[in-house]
Amino acid sequence: MLNYTIRRLLLAIPTLIAISLIIFLLLDLAPSDPTANLPLTIPPEVREKIRQSLGLGDPIYIRYLLWCKQFFINEPLNILEQWLGWGEGDRLRVLSWQTRSPVVDLIVERTPQTLWVVGMSYVVGVAIALPIGIISAYRQYSWFDQIGTFVSMVGFSVPTFFTGVLVIVIFSVWLGWFPSIYDTTHEVTDWESFLFQVRQMIMPVAVLALFNAAQISRFMRASMLDNLNQDYVRTARAKGLRERTVVLIHVLRNSLIPVVTVIALGVPQIFGGAIITEQVFKVNGLGQLLIISIQGGDLPTVQTLTFIFAVLIIVFNLVADVLYGILDPRIRYD
Amino acid sequence: MSDTGGQPLVQVRGLKMHFPIYAGIFRRHVGDIKAVDDISLDINESETLGLVGESGCGKSTAGRAVLRLYDITDGSITVDGTDISDVDKEKLRHLRPKMQMIFQDPQASLNPRMTVAGIIGEPLVEHMSLSRSERLERVYQLMDAVGLNRSFADRYPHEFSGGQRQRIGIARALALNPKFIVCDEPIAALDVSIQAQVVNLLEDLQEQFGLTYLFISHDLSMVRHIADRVAVMYLGKIVELAPRDDLYERPLHPYTQALLSAVPEPDPVREAERKHIILTGDVPSPSNAPIGCNFCTRCPRAEQICREIEPEFRQVEKGHYTACHFVGDTEIKTAEPTAGERVKP
Repeated sequence: MLNYTIRRLLLAIPTLIAISLIIFLLLDLAPSDPTANLPLTIPPEVREKIRQSLGLGDPIYIRYLLWCKQFFINEPLNILEQWLGWGEGDRLRVLSWQTRSPVVDLIVERTPQTLWVVGMSYVVGVAIALPIGIISAYRQYSWFDQIGTFVSMVGFSVPTFFTGVLVIVIFSVWLGWFPSIYDTTHEVTDWESFLFQVRQMIMPVAVLALFNAAQISRFMRASMLDNLNQDYVRTARAKGLRERTVVLIHVLRNSLIPVVTVIALGVPQIFGGAIITEQVFKVNGLGQLLIISIQGGDLPTVQTLTFIFAVLIIVFNLVADVLYGILDPRIRYD
Repeated sequence: MSDTGGQPLVQVRGLKMHFPIYAGIFRRHVGDIKAVDDISLDINESETLGLVGESGCGKSTAGRAVLRLYDITDGSITVDGTDISDVDKEKLRHLRPKMQMIFQDPQASLNPRMTVAGIIGEPLVEHMSLSRSERLERVYQLMDAVGLNRSFADRYPHEFSGGQRQRIGIARALALNPKFIVCDEPIAALDVSIQAQVVNLLEDLQEQFGLTYLFISHDLSMVRHIADRVAVMYLGKIVELAPRDDLYERPLHPYTQALLSAVPEPDPVREAERKHIILTGDVPSPSNAPIGCNFCTRCPRAEQICREIEPEFRQVEKGHYTACHFVGDTEIKTAEPTAGERVKP
């Protein structure tokens, strides 16, 4: 297993380099202009100078290699030197064209919001999806199953920009229960502020959790149904085990194998931030950072963010595969 | 039918197992698949009752229904003096140690995520209070009994061959010292070379532990080898039940005769002379069985009466039961004995 993991990680290096190049080329092809958002009174010559000063005059391979150097060499070395106190650690970093601040700092600033809101919605989604899937499968075609299927279909097919606006209209505008805008500057210091934090998180978390739960509960149900009719379940009953043991130990443990990998594969999406939902609730997380960078033609930020997402996707693919190997004794790598 | 005189260990009376068919938009109940339709049989202590029949005739369903792995439609089942036909789940669970089952597919019937020790030991956890080391000792004993190496205890089922997996299944069934074991085609999924090993193992274990088997199989020669008495099923009903030698040498029911004529004869000279009874047509659907005798659509001797009246399953001579209009007491005497008839003392 260890050899397998190391081999996969080594294989990931060329893959990631190829991905970073593809992202860079795609962004270069995009007709965006970093000066387009500047006031119209700025004359064209000045705009051209701004572009030159951002490095857009250089050939594309120079720009790509420069980004690679800044991201793969300068950033890690800076962090290392600052930690160990060896040097200044002030090599040139990847800078955002919009804010002129280092992109990595921007990402670090915004990650907590995304993890809190989107991550919590994933946890909540999984926590509701698993029992719903299990009961739906165990009582297939019962009322519970029918309602569960209906709710999943709704959660699956209605986009979050619709449900998001809907809950804002109902719960913020009509009922006034929750704030419609997520306040990022809010700090939890006491019980009162904690309650406020919970209240402002409820709506975005609920909207995203519905979507996640819809997906995962379907997987869980299908996987349970697959296993419930297996011969080994009949064996377990013939052993005279309690129904609880049969379902929770025998059926559930086998059914969870594919579901756990699906859950692991979904984790990078958390970091990707639910771009639309963050936008609807004004959560300034990673998804929102990506959107405003795309709008502003801020290529270094878009490049760095999408590359980090690519890394996460590759890592969690590996995690899912390794989990499969751990959970299912029939699968052995090496 | 019993010559021990005592009460049979298992008594099945009028057992019916119907599966409902739902159809249409509202899933209305439109009919039943009569997988097992009114069978009665006794199994004496320490004997092996063979249950044979072609695919889909309801043998496996009958075996599972006898152990109440299904909720039966009708009838009564008594195992070791206890009527289990409508006891609730919890009570049934406590009766499980007495009756066990060996399943057909040795791969699918073992939980892929449990080790051999886990699989064999699990019933012990549930039904006995043993310490961890006592339990392991018992698992080892069982593995010895079925001829598995003790060092295999921590391995998973997929690491074994078919024959070894079936041994695991047998050890698992034996774990709670059952009296009665239903063997549901335990050798059907195995290589011919392994079949004999497993059947011999079953025989040895029967001798050693005084087990009673209901041995379900479509392999007539294997049933002849292991069974004391044999029941023949066709389309959910038992058409003939007799002591083994009686049945193989003087089959009375036309279906049994046809079935036995299909068993190949090892001697080529005799094989060439033998008359095969070829049945035409297909088995009718168990959801729509014929009126009268179930076999009337394919029976070479069928007459008008067979299509109208269902023959009664009755004893025609000591221990020999059959359900056919044309087998009467007179018929038995004229039935020609086959060459080399040998009656077991």
